[in-house]
Amino acid sequence: MTASDPVVSVRDLRKSYGPAVALDGVSFDIERGEVFSLLGPNGAGKSTTIEILEGYRDRTSGEATVLGQDPQRGGLDWKARLGIVLQGTGESGSATVREQLRHFAGFYPHPRDVDEVIAAVGLEKQAGSLVRKLSGGQRRRVDVALGIVGRPELLFLDEPTTGFDPEARRDFWHLIRSFRDEGTSILLTTHYLDEAAQLSDRVGVIADGRLIDIGGVDEIGGADARVPIVRWRTGNTTHEVRTATPAIEVARIVEAGGGIEPEGIEITRPSLEHVYLGMLAALEQGRSPRENGQARVDAAAPVTRSAAS
Amino acid sequence: MTTTRAPSRTLAPGRTLTLGASRVAYEVRSYFRQGDSVFFTFLFPVVILTIFSVAFSEGSFAVTPDGTEVNAAQYYLPGMLAAGILLSGLQNMSIDIAIERSDGTLKRLAGTPLPVISYFIGKIGQVFVTGTLQSALLLLVAATVFSVPLPTDPALWVTFAWVFVLGVTTCAILGIALSRLPRTGKSATAVIIPITLVLQFISGVYLAFTQLPDWLQTVASVFPLKWLAQGMRSVFLPQSFEALEQGGSWDHAGIAIVTGLWLVVGLVLTRLTFRWIRKDA
Repeated sequence: MTASDPVVSVRDLRKSYGPAVALDGVSFDIERGEVFSLLGPNGAGKSTTIEILEGYRDRTSGEATVLGQDPQRGGLDWKARLGIVLQGTGESGSATVREQLRHFAGFYPHPRDVDEVIAAVGLEKQAGSLVRKLSGGQRRRVDVALGIVGRPELLFLDEPTTGFDPEARRDFWHLIRSFRDEGTSILLTTHYLDEAAQLSDRVGVIADGRLIDIGGVDEIGGADARVPIVRWRTGNTTHEVRTATPAIEVARIVEAGGGIEPEGIEITRPSLEHVYLGMLAALEQGRSPRENGQARVDAAAPVTRSAAS
Repeated sequence: MTTTRAPSRTLAPGRTLTLGASRVAYEVRSYFRQGDSVFFTFLFPVVILTIFSVAFSEGSFAVTPDGTEVNAAQYYLPGMLAAGILLSGLQNMSIDIAIERSDGTLKRLAGTPLPVISYFIGKIGQVFVTGTLQSALLLLVAATVFSVPLPTDPALWVTFAWVFVLGVTTCAILGIALSRLPRTGKSATAVIIPITLVLQFISGVYLAFTQLPDWLQTVASVFPLKWLAQGMRSVFLPQSFEALEQGGSWDHAGIAIVTGLWLVVGLVLTRLTFRWIRKDA
């Protein structure tokens, strides 16, 4: 393996369960040191993809390489280079946090220091508590700690921050960035679009078993989907204009209103969440997700609609 | 390999055994932290022995042909020792692994470089440790509380040792194989306990084996528990009781053969059916 080889390479990956098709030709690469997020609605195929790459499921057809190995044949040497944080588990948890981490650290040739890992996930106070006595969010942090204690080259994080409070999520993001800085490659799935935007170098969007878009956080959905929106109100009516020159548009609105401050004026740049939801909506309507926003930005005239209230 | 830290990633030889030892410690600790397993498998035979010994404490429970009195505790001790092996081995192991399969424990382990053999060493080691403690406790309670005379002949203790080791190994392996039977962890107790309960009733644990109908004795003879109980009787009952056994003999060869066959069956089933997870479940 050389530096330029991707850590994960997937070509035309397919998975079916009898007649049901879960994955229908997915292709992507993850480069070394990259944080790559898979986004998509429930049942879209995110977990199927990640579990095939982790070696838990066998693919129906297509190619998959993880750290230079076919995950279907990955041995113990291969597993020693991976860190896996599964979606929530319900283990009995009859070990303390420190015992559990010490025990798992022993499986790996070059584990991280257990106390450093406990500190990194913020469980110093719970280190001596039985895992089953912890709250849901704290147990999730134990899951993450177990995923990283072996000093993995590639870390799989399947919805890692479910059940975290906002502060814990911020801390977690900080932690993930520190792993990336150390050169760890990361494959993340999450339902929190802000999380994906904060952490990812690139994202892939999966819907109905297909990868409908892939690219940098600032690229997916196409440039048109990111055209800023100017919103204001007159009486009960909300106006919305999408324009690449929002400041000029605001000046025009002020002038048209006779120099009076427009009510509730705001300029928003669509977040990853907006873009993502727009893509899924476009897909439902049978349009290409890349066309999202296109129709509206071409219309020079303001789009007007009644306010809900 | 191009990461800057680039440590050697080769796994040390012999780690299967050291990790197996680490698993034993981990499993034993977890076992004693779970109240239900401690009660239903570890203390259960002691509780039953105590109940029977107290309930039938009036007079002697049985008299040997040569006039030696045998009290209830002495009469039931061999059966409880055999039941303990079955519970600690087969019942505890099959329920435990079925639950671990459904609660995600096995899935997590499957994603780590832990060898399957180390996992088995941990499980079987746990059964040995808890089974030994359980037998010791049974013997202690029988000897101190109920005045059961323990054998002094070293040959009898040798018999005890090999019956115990063979029984524990066989029951543990069969337990691993049987863990595939329950579809979910929640149904594990409901699926496994009837099997072990029926076996205990027909194998001379609760009911005197020699008083069962012949055909039932024959059925029971197919399964290992009857033989383990017989082996324990040969150690803890007076020699004159041998005449009451099927065929009028302790039949040590039969014990070794039938139990050994089940050990082989268990090993084959385990090799064929054990998977960390149900792939594509």
